[in-house]
Amino acid sequence: MAAISLSGVHKNYGAVPVLKGIDLEIADGEFVVLVGPSGCGKSTLLRLIAGLEEIGGGLIRIDGRLVNDIAPKDRDLAMVFQSYALYPHMTVRANMSFALKQRRLAPGLIDRAVEEAAAKLGLSELLDRKPRALSGGQRQRVAMGRAIVRQPKAFLFDEPLSNLDARLREQMRYEIRKLHGELGATSVYVTHDQIEAMTMADRIVALKDGVIQQIGAPAELYDDPANLFVAGFIGSPAMNFLDAELTADGVMAGGLMLARRPGPLGGKVTVGLRPERMAIVAADSGLPARVDLVEPTGLAQLVHLDLAGQRVKLFTTDRRALTPGDLVGLAIRPDDVLLFDPAGGKRLSGW
Amino acid sequence: MMLRVLRILALAAFLLFALFPLFWLLKVSVTPTDLLYGEGVRLWPSRMTLDHYVSVLRHTQFPLFFRNSLIVSAATAILSTVAASAAGYAFSRFRFRGKAWVAGLLLVSQMFPLVIIVAPIFRLLAPLGLTNSLIGLIVVYTAVNVPFAAFLMQSFFEAIPKDLEEAAMMDGATRFQALRQVILPLTLPGLAATGGFVFSAAWSELLFALMLNSSASVSTFPSGLLGFISKFSVDFGQMMAAAFLALLPVCAFFFLIQRHLVQGLTAGAVKG
Repeated sequence: MAAISLSGVHKNYGAVPVLKGIDLEIADGEFVVLVGPSGCGKSTLLRLIAGLEEIGGGLIRIDGRLVNDIAPKDRDLAMVFQSYALYPHMTVRANMSFALKQRRLAPGLIDRAVEEAAAKLGLSELLDRKPRALSGGQRQRVAMGRAIVRQPKAFLFDEPLSNLDARLREQMRYEIRKLHGELGATSVYVTHDQIEAMTMADRIVALKDGVIQQIGAPAELYDDPANLFVAGFIGSPAMNFLDAELTADGVMAGGLMLARRPGPLGGKVTVGLRPERMAIVAADSGLPARVDLVEPTGLAQLVHLDLAGQRVKLFTTDRRALTPGDLVGLAIRPDDVLLFDPAGGKRLSGW
Repeated sequence: MMLRVLRILALAAFLLFALFPLFWLLKVSVTPTDLLYGEGVRLWPSRMTLDHYVSVLRHTQFPLFFRNSLIVSAATAILSTVAASAAGYAFSRFRFRGKAWVAGLLLVSQMFPLVIIVAPIFRLLAPLGLTNSLIGLIVVYTAVNVPFAAFLMQSFFEAIPKDLEEAAMMDGATRFQALRQVILPLTLPGLAATGGFVFSAAWSELLFALMLNSSASVSTFPSGLLGFISKFSVDFGQMMAAAFLALLPVCAFFFLIQRHLVQGLTAGAVKG
């Protein structure tokens, strides 16, 4: 097991910069998730750590050792690919023992390691099958087995669950997390799915356009987003953003007082409101809003509202009957109002 | 249903068209010389004989030509496939300076009729002692076949996900080990297709075989076949018997690799 340290990591594809100075310290045994929209550089960053891409600038250290010029095979990292990348002409057993054979381990040791890992993942019955005779979930498991059998310094996951259906994804999420608990291995996990990031990470690294937007525990990114991007990316349904103005009395949007909290006069702001932090109340007590559409999800309902000409989504387990056109009241707690600078998107602190 | 019948009819017509010359070859090769002109045009002679085969094997140099052809074609197939695999792999996996130029030149080399370069090649090979030599033929055939074979191999490599060798490299293999242990086994259909293609091209090549090698001891069978045409007559029976024998190795070869070939060609076709 090992710590991974990145400082000032750069990477260009031709003239296009994909990573612009990444600084990141991953502690020994930590589960770090790199999350961001496609094209944000998260996979490239993972491949740089793996050694599969040449670094453009900066330093990468694994366990204190500079690995910039070390070949992937000598970095002692295991990687789980999105496509699983199982060797199609080899049995599950051969797939899982491939790495150990490269190291010329004694056959007895290899067999024992493979069987142990297979038992842990419920693959014991499948050891003599070829990958094509396996289901998607089983293949995923073999890819995991191939990684854990090696006991590497760290695990790298490149969107390992995106080819699975929703139920299987949920189950594997749980299993990977359990496995991490048992093995305590340093893990770097890339995903575009913020739910995966929230549920699995010790710490999340939110990336956009090759720049780290925020690093922190899942709750930190959720409660305390550093900018509009993180606020909008983390959380589902996504955060509402409203155009508003800061006045001496509080935050005004379309002539309505959203939050009566004195603050510095600052002109135009963007207000962030989590859909699940608001409530529907009687029309004469909260802010007047009109129901636009209701989407029931079973557990709760997602209510689309028109608030002084701006659209607001509200997510509530209060399943009262609502029909489009109804006039309702919207209750917002001043503490739940986040303010952002509309130019640049930075969070306005002091609020 | 109607479409099915039509399709079968069309295929049958095509097969008839394609295979009829081969049938004629066989028919003439077993027709006794006296009946060849005596019976008029018939689908099958009234009498059959294997005399032509016997005399081809006993009294002509055909076995020697056959051996030469086998050496030249097999060596060309192996060398071309090895070189084309290396080139195809590089084209498919590496970015390097001048890649587009190299690919472009390979393509351009395919644009000229070979007749144009016969004389220069003769001039090149003569001082090296490579005319009238099997090695000379092997060198020329390999050079002629590698460009197309390289593109063919490239498309096979492209069809294999890069993830696989990256996974192998993460698993502790060097790039070469990854190539040998993971990529090559998966490219076997491609190798078979490329090897078969080059083998049959070399096997039936006439132009260079005729121009570069004049001595009978180093003739391949296509130029050897011309020996059955003398100034005053053509020995059709023996010629056809020899030609029929020459078909056998190619048929045997393709029979062996056909399963891989179909797989390989379609796999390549999708990507290529």
